[in-house]
Amino acid sequence: MLMRNALCAATALSLITAGSVSGETLTIAIVNNGHMINMQKVAEAYTAETGVELNWVSLEEGVLREQVTSDTATGGGQYDIINIGMQEAPIWGAAGWIEPLNFSAGYDLDDILPAMRNGLSHDGQLYAAPFYGESSMVMYRKDLADAAGVSISDNDSWDNVKAAAAAMHDPENGIYGACLRGKPGWGDNMAFITTVVNSFGGAWFDADHRPVLDSPEWNAAINFYVDLLGNYGPPGSEGNSFNEILALYNEGKCGMWIDATIAASFLEVDGVAYAQSPNAGNPVGANWLWAWAMAIPAGSPNADASAAFIEWATSKDYVKAVGNHPEFGWGSVPTGQRASTYAIPEFQAAAGFAAAELAAIESAAPGATDLKPYVGVQFAAIPEFPEVGSAVAQEMAAALSGAKSVEDALAASQKAADAIMKEAGYYD
Amino acid sequence: MPIVANASRFSKFGRPTLAWIVGILFFFPIFWMVLTSFKTDADAVKPEHLIFFKPTFDNYLNMTENYDYWRFAKNSVITAVMATVFTLVVGIPCAYAMAFNPSRATKDVLMWMLSTKMLPAAAVLYPMTFITKTAGLFDTHFLIILVLSLINMPIVIWMLFTYFKEIPKDIIEAGQMDGANTWGEITEILVPLAWGGIASTALLCFIFCWNEAYWTVRLTTTDAATLSKLIEGNRAPEGLFFGRLSAVSAAAVGPIVVLGWFCQKQLVQGLTFGAVK
Repeated sequence: MLMRNALCAATALSLITAGSVSGETLTIAIVNNGHMINMQKVAEAYTAETGVELNWVSLEEGVLREQVTSDTATGGGQYDIINIGMQEAPIWGAAGWIEPLNFSAGYDLDDILPAMRNGLSHDGQLYAAPFYGESSMVMYRKDLADAAGVSISDNDSWDNVKAAAAAMHDPENGIYGACLRGKPGWGDNMAFITTVVNSFGGAWFDADHRPVLDSPEWNAAINFYVDLLGNYGPPGSEGNSFNEILALYNEGKCGMWIDATIAASFLEVDGVAYAQSPNAGNPVGANWLWAWAMAIPAGSPNADASAAFIEWATSKDYVKAVGNHPEFGWGSVPTGQRASTYAIPEFQAAAGFAAAELAAIESAAPGATDLKPYVGVQFAAIPEFPEVGSAVAQEMAAALSGAKSVEDALAASQKAADAIMKEAGYYD
Repeated sequence: MPIVANASRFSKFGRPTLAWIVGILFFFPIFWMVLTSFKTDADAVKPEHLIFFKPTFDNYLNMTENYDYWRFAKNSVITAVMATVFTLVVGIPCAYAMAFNPSRATKDVLMWMLSTKMLPAAAVLYPMTFITKTAGLFDTHFLIILVLSLINMPIVIWMLFTYFKEIPKDIIEAGQMDGANTWGEITEILVPLAWGGIASTALLCFIFCWNEAYWTVRLTTTDAATLSKLIEGNRAPEGLFFGRLSAVSAAAVGPIVVLGWFCQKQLVQGLTFGAVK
């Protein structure tokens, strides 16, 4: 009897829950980013206006990717809209895992910053609409720089940046010249390190997709990075990424920080100055490019309603809706996606970093070049990159901590990357 | 003589000290998690605010306002309770049959059941996703209850089998002499005698169901998503925000810790079940 009751109850529960999805409901998978969380509240107006109910599912990046790929492989339907990053958008678009996006004329596609639009397209077709974008830049304490008699200018040389870090470095008083990412991860230390390598004229792969981590450019860049962070960074830098450095900076312990432009909106210390990322004497600057974007998985049964929502959520009107929202305001609007956002006076007043951020994004070049024959700035837009990047990240952290020499770490990185790319079938 | 004196001194002071050390070691992560849940994300990573800080409820407010904690908690309660009940309903007769009417294959069956726990879950992720979607069961309470029950069935049957083996078969046979049928043997004799063991098995099964994170994250979207999915979803792309993650984790493990606290007696009873002989 007990078993029968249990089975009846379980069946009844499943029937109740199975009946809760209708054609007017969109299920949206998002990463846990502040802008995305805010969107849930701002979108209440969208539901009130259109009657479309929105189900939000917040997922960790890795789980999100895994769920979307398994969903696509099994016919889709689990999510109507997904958050994806700039690394996946062109790959997934080419693979047919996400739908091409075509919006109405009122959307003003030309207002989307070109770097973002290109990075989220494949063969000129947009596959994901940018919801929020970022580059990287130098954030430094003007008071410390002035006291030390140094300055950092836009696209300064690395040598000058190092000299400024050395001048501001005062560990006895708890101040470290340069706070940079050291925690291993393809999106952590490798995001920054890759931009340094780019600026030294290096790249991950050659035109045949063979890794070139044993090149003189990598050697020079990593030696510089280890030297800079090892000598003028806080202790235990191999454990620091965005959050840890943000806390250090807000405690006043960092002379400078080179990281995502979004960091500027979290800084609570006074007297922060901004500069464009340094370079090492070639045209490639050390600033990255990233966007969180919205896409429609192939097989979504509500593709039209999904496209309509994405059009609204990445529109100029959405930016204004956040700016005028009583809970958020102009300091909380998603940036880095539209040129028009930077022209809004209320936004300019609320975000002192706006001009520096826009300049950084506009100068980032995700396209393939002679120096870097693949798409992507701080990553390569190929499916194998997360695996390659993660393996190399561990070696770089080992070099930073002193567990390995830079040369040994690079040799091990080259070997690991070569094995992964060979196994993936890029070459024999 | 000195040996006896040393042994008794160890019994008097050494064992309690050791027990306290082990207890503190196990409790410390929970204590630290709860403490961190009252810190801001910035304070959570500042060494000078390890112990002394200005407490805030913001992380808990954020959890209930932005993440619909109660929906996840309701799903956790429904799936964990139902799965535990279902597992016991199936597991008790199974363990009874194997404990009191064993065949030559009983040992092999037990080993086979245990071996199913050795299969890496990731190996069957795609078939599970495909089958459950095709059957229209994806993201339903029914599916999660079924999956949790099947995952925990081997361990529950093993535990119950061990407890039931401690009960003298003569007692069951005496019941048979008095005219009890199989149902009566289980409900009138076995369950009352093995209540402590069943209760502790149920509690452990409930804890395993509550904490299960691989399938509950991957076979749900919104309708049947449990607290595991809430925790998973709080990992931000910028890294781990320890304050808010600790609040979500504390709120997720809180109910199970409280339940364990109140059920200590049954747990101890179950673990010392051999005394029934």
